[in-house]
Amino acid sequence: MGEKLLQVENLRKWFTIEGDTWFAKNQSVVKAVDDISFYINKGETLGLVGESGCGKSTAGRVILQLLEATEGEILLEGENLAALSTRQLKNKRKDMQIVFQDPYASLNPRLKVRKIIEEPMTIHLKLSKEERMEKVKQILHDVGLNEAYMDRYPHEFSGGQRQRIGIARALAVQPKLIIMDEPVSALDVSVQAQVLNLIQDLQAKYGLTYLFITHNLSVVKHISNRIAVMYLGRIVEIANRDHFFEDTKHPYSKALISAIPEPGSKHRRERIILKGDLPSPVNPPSGCHFHTRCPFVMERCITEVPDLVDVGESHFVACHLHNE
Amino acid sequence: MNGSVGISQETVTVSSIEKQTWRNNASWKRFKKNKLALFGAFILLFLLFVAAISPLVAPYDPYVSNVNELGGYDVLAPPSSEHLLGTDSLGRDMLSRIIYGGRVSLSVAFVAVMIATVTGIILGVIAGYYGKWVDTLIMRITDVVICFPVLFLAITVATILKPSLFNVMIIIGLVSWTTMTRLVRGEVLKLREMEYIEAAKAMGQRNSIIIFRHILPNILAPIVVQATLQTAEAILTESALSFLGVGVQQPVPSWGNMLNEATSIMVLQFKPWVWAPAGFAILLTILSINFVGDGLRDAMDPKVKN
Repeated sequence: MGEKLLQVENLRKWFTIEGDTWFAKNQSVVKAVDDISFYINKGETLGLVGESGCGKSTAGRVILQLLEATEGEILLEGENLAALSTRQLKNKRKDMQIVFQDPYASLNPRLKVRKIIEEPMTIHLKLSKEERMEKVKQILHDVGLNEAYMDRYPHEFSGGQRQRIGIARALAVQPKLIIMDEPVSALDVSVQAQVLNLIQDLQAKYGLTYLFITHNLSVVKHISNRIAVMYLGRIVEIANRDHFFEDTKHPYSKALISAIPEPGSKHRRERIILKGDLPSPVNPPSGCHFHTRCPFVMERCITEVPDLVDVGESHFVACHLHNE
Repeated sequence: MNGSVGISQETVTVSSIEKQTWRNNASWKRFKKNKLALFGAFILLFLLFVAAISPLVAPYDPYVSNVNELGGYDVLAPPSSEHLLGTDSLGRDMLSRIIYGGRVSLSVAFVAVMIATVTGIILGVIAGYYGKWVDTLIMRITDVVICFPVLFLAITVATILKPSLFNVMIIIGLVSWTTMTRLVRGEVLKLREMEYIEAAKAMGQRNSIIIFRHILPNILAPIVVQATLQTAEAILTESALSFLGVGVQQPVPSWGNMLNEATSIMVLQFKPWVWAPAGFAILLTILSINFVGDGLRDAMDPKVKN
């Protein structure tokens, strides 16, 4: 595989919830992201999957330096983002952009589409007004929107079109890495496919690298080169897509995969139904976070945190079943 | 590769690109549709105009007691062709005093609200946007100011500063910035979590531009409405202060201190021309301001269709 564009090493993001009053300190810590490591190669898509509340979006925001990491390193092309000065970081932001989940909240309702797409250019590119307009037109064309839409306001568009505008804004400064934070989850199923195809086409055209955050395994299957599964702030399994689906190791991943609806398939797959709810991240279970719901739970799991170990062909899994 | 993926491009007919003037500005078009707001704006402009040129339109000197043909002061005279709104207890022409009083009351209200709004926006945005200890500090100060009864605080400050027109403006501004601060802070807190703010941060936008471009325009509507209501309130506070003798001082007329004539039961019952015009002027102004505020709120929201 190619060189690594993004490397995340032992990243932690803990939020302290201050339930304190003047009289009593009562702090609790939410370990939203608890020691995760992964990398993304240039031009590939890493799908980051997990239930809501498992910390996947937080991870995305920490990588973009929208939230400060509690611990760990984020290396973009080998440069540690946390060590950069404010100015250097600002320049670096040109290389990484984000597309948000909610197309209604992600566009400023008072700016015309042209202004929205233009904004990152005004910060990072030294272009004349005419050159910027040319680029805006071209980008709109790239995302499948008519350039005549330039002078409209976001509320005049449908969800799918707005998401295209959001993608156009992310593309405006030709970033290397785009973090897709559930970019299709808020869209109708029919529109999802169109936007997914657009995202793929743009990747091929511009050689983009994606961190694709989603809770939808079918989407991830469609779009990713590699897949990482998160559970309660930790990564439990990372593998190439085909490996992941053919040779699933972690019981949690197996349960997730068994939940993908398969239209038209004759033989009924055994559905693995997990017991209980997602435990609270304020007070996660000891040892392996998954042990409260795991059908194969062993004594070891309750006390010992499993390491993410290589089980061959860069397939990593954090489970005592596979960690001999 | 062709960039247009998925859906076929909708063909849109774009209205020929017009030159941007205030005449075809969308907000103005929407405002125009609201007849009440237009009416309010008209009344308000009229009042402001009259206030601005009061020496030209006032029939008499508002400070001079008029003398009748018998040689005495023409006190509490009912409306007549000579004095259209009658005279007050010192024989001064009511119409002229209403006109000059408008000048005083309106400028007090507008300047006071300006002070309150600017202070409120600055403090509210700082508290809401930067959060943490700055927020705590500003909000605690606000709480402390709110704890004082408005009139008590105003009277105290007035006693220290000596009552004058300028000081009345400052005093009203000083006691009314808290509402705006809280409102703005709340709105900023709400907006700060919006994804388009995050997007602006992710692209490396400066905080000042995020505030002026992404935050302020989106909280303008509640600010305008609040400022409108506060103008009305400021007019009322001014009259209350004037009533207590710490506001606008006689002989300078203001709508507030003109109302005080109604403290005499005799005047209240039998001489309505002495207090009714001032009351009506206040009513008309507040109503107009509220209509305009409502109209502006709707007009400035691009989500409202034409």
